[in-house]
Amino acid sequence: MTRKLTTREKLEAGLKRRRRKELAFQLTGMLATTVGIVFLGVFFADLLGKGSSAFVQTFVKLDVEFTEDVIAPGGELDLAFADFDGLVRDALRAEFPAVSGRSERRELYKLVSIAAGYQMRDMIAADSDLLGLTETIWVPASSTVDMFVKGNIDPTLDEALRPLSDAQLAWISHLQNSGRLETQFNSALFSNGDSREPELAGIKGALMGSFYMLIITIALAFPIGVAAAIYLEEFAPRSRWSDLIEVNINNLAAVPSIVFGLLGLAVFINWVGIPRSAPLVGGLVLSLLTLPVIIIASRAAIKSVPPSIREAALGLGASEMQVVFHHVMPLALPGMLTGAIIGMSRALGESAPLLMIGMVAFIVDVPGGFSDPATALPVQIYLWADSPERAFAERTSAAIIVLLAFLLLMNLAAVILRKRMERKW
Amino acid sequence: MQSTTLILILGAMAVAAFFIGRGRSVAVVGGPQYGTKLHSLPGYYGYFTAIWCLLPALAVMAIWVLLEPRVIVALIINGLSEAQRSLSAGELDLLVNNIQNLAAGDVVSGDLDVLLNEASVRLSDYVVTSRRILTVLSLGLAGLGGTIAWSRIRPDFRARNRVEKIILVVLIAASSIAIFTTIGIVLSVLFEAIRFFKEVPLADFLFGLNWSPQTAIRADQVGSSGSFGAVPLFTGTLLITAIAMFVAVPVGLMTAIYLAEYSSRRIRGIAKPLLEILAGIPTVVYGFFAALTVAPWVRRVGESIGFEVASESALAAGLVMGIMIIPLVSSLADDAINAVPSAMRDGALGLGSTRSETMTKVILPAALPGIVGGILLAVSRAIGETMIVVMAAGLAANLTANPFAAVTTVTVQIVTLLVGDQEFDSAKTLAAFALGLMLFVVTLILNVIGLSVVRKYREQYD
Repeated sequence: MTRKLTTREKLEAGLKRRRRKELAFQLTGMLATTVGIVFLGVFFADLLGKGSSAFVQTFVKLDVEFTEDVIAPGGELDLAFADFDGLVRDALRAEFPAVSGRSERRELYKLVSIAAGYQMRDMIAADSDLLGLTETIWVPASSTVDMFVKGNIDPTLDEALRPLSDAQLAWISHLQNSGRLETQFNSALFSNGDSREPELAGIKGALMGSFYMLIITIALAFPIGVAAAIYLEEFAPRSRWSDLIEVNINNLAAVPSIVFGLLGLAVFINWVGIPRSAPLVGGLVLSLLTLPVIIIASRAAIKSVPPSIREAALGLGASEMQVVFHHVMPLALPGMLTGAIIGMSRALGESAPLLMIGMVAFIVDVPGGFSDPATALPVQIYLWADSPERAFAERTSAAIIVLLAFLLLMNLAAVILRKRMERKW
Repeated sequence: MQSTTLILILGAMAVAAFFIGRGRSVAVVGGPQYGTKLHSLPGYYGYFTAIWCLLPALAVMAIWVLLEPRVIVALIINGLSEAQRSLSAGELDLLVNNIQNLAAGDVVSGDLDVLLNEASVRLSDYVVTSRRILTVLSLGLAGLGGTIAWSRIRPDFRARNRVEKIILVVLIAASSIAIFTTIGIVLSVLFEAIRFFKEVPLADFLFGLNWSPQTAIRADQVGSSGSFGAVPLFTGTLLITAIAMFVAVPVGLMTAIYLAEYSSRRIRGIAKPLLEILAGIPTVVYGFFAALTVAPWVRRVGESIGFEVASESALAAGLVMGIMIIPLVSSLADDAINAVPSAMRDGALGLGSTRSETMTKVILPAALPGIVGGILLAVSRAIGETMIVVMAAGLAANLTANPFAAVTTVTVQIVTLLVGDQEFDSAKTLAAFALGLMLFVVTLILNVIGLSVVRKYREQYD
């Protein structure tokens, strides 16, 4: 007959197994936590690797002679029709006198961006005394040259498989050796609107579009959100109506953003008749979208004001409205502002509803007002991500870096605000 | 006059009204030293005057701006010749559009005629007259309102109560916007969806297996009859959502457990903000990453182990979406775990169970409703997610459960149907609203259940 095991023995028999399980569980937890963080690291490394090169751009130094015969035949300078590209072509031919034959020359001209002609025009427009003089100018290289200089085109590939011919490669190395090819800061990225030419495309239009939309969003969503929060927290009687509002706000915070886009399309564009693609519609849609975020944050901020403050004010004879506006609101304001900033950063990153209301159009001009056709920074990222050119992939990453930098700044502001204004009661 | 200038003038008038009203309230009692004779503080009399100066004028302005274009178009059409008025609605629209462009000095399509020119001049006239009337009306109302309010200022006038009542009304109005938004969403989606279901029977939409929304433009066109069976979209959405949940739920849950139970305070202080960054990255950025980095990687890995992988595989979109949802799941799970009273945890530990046993046998069962509620919210988020799938998932509606194949989702189809120019009488455009309705209803149900479970559960232990 076997002896009955004591509790202690039973326990010790299973202990090893249980400890192993414990360790495995803990390791799984650790692993799970690292998954998210590792992804974040990979993501940022990938982004910076792809995007950082877009902040510089290859430029070619040309000695351009502003020949009167080319741009002002007969002494008449017509800025709209003058052949400024001709100046650039002449300068290139002067640099490479050995190049002859039409097709070879055409290949030569492709080294320089079409932006070079516009640059000549702007120079002449700014200073017509240049006519007849020779100037040394840095002009942007074409995007294929830019890609080659940044190492994205493999020169050892077969000639038919790469976008640059052997002759072009030889010219590029000649330019490099004579110090006429250089990478400089890509200011076009920040000063231009969208373009089909990667070396001309910039995010200024999208940034301005986002800016106008955010102005409308903050101007509408913050006051309305704060007012709604004050009513719900301080005045609303416990009734069916306030319960309904409460449920509604919580649900709206979780409704897919694309549905707000459908609302904007049906109500603001088709019914009210605001033009498509305007920052005004975008701003309205985004304010409806951020309203629940701001209301929820503001309510939490109001809740955190201790009741003793209210009671003291009421005791001194203030009316309920005076209590709220003179005492509760100033104390809750930092929390409300934090909520507003977080809501704004969500609005800045939002793109799905904007696709619905026509903000995906290809818009070259930088919008100058609330009803000009515009696009937004995240939508610009979406548009560029669709472009097949390698140069646009680089610019997409750069635009993402700019967007994330803005979001980081906003969140940093929110954190600092919270830290500085935080009060323990 | 420009509406911005008008608003600025009205603002200035309101400020002036405030000072005049306040001044009069002090004057009617005979100077600041007799201020206690007033019912309210002098400022309230100022606010009262300013509000009555501003509100009626702004209300009239808002209505005017809303109605003006319609009235003017109606007037223009009225003034057109008999022949032009009998044009079809579409042609009439085009004509009015041309007239508007002409009046704005833009380039006009089609040939110009004298009548059109005349109409455009009339249009400009109408706009100018309308602006003039609006200016006079709103400024007059502002003056009148201010004067009436001003004349009512007496020592026993209860200005504070009046002002506070108006403020309360404004607060109530602000809080009802949430309800109006919901009503607006429901109505705008529902109306177009009903129009769609008049053309395509509901049963065909809900149970049809074939989705190809190209409708024929000409009657004799071959091959694009338009077929609106949404089942492939639903299965595609579910497939991607399932993949996302397969990533997000275990990882998010284990992260929450690790951070709540095991990690040191320092590690939590680092890991939590990092995960919050993950939640703050815009979805379009995730989409870019999914399409350009993860999808090619999935394809390479899949092909190296012998699977045929589409370049827009459901797996790539689902994986990235799962990563995006990790912070949501982990923060909701964290809430649920922290809501379990520490007495339960201490009791289990005191009886000798290991920390993992305490977690799996005591805390998780107790936190389960909260976690399930959180997962429902995460599912709703995944179903409604748009940018990742638009950029990384396919367009072709395949009825498949193979994660390596390309599938499309409800949100992708809404975007493809509505991006670009569209007319609102084709089933193709209306189908987007029908899909939007489905999306809204499904996510609404998930949200309501999820939110009520989460909240109910939280209260239980409080």
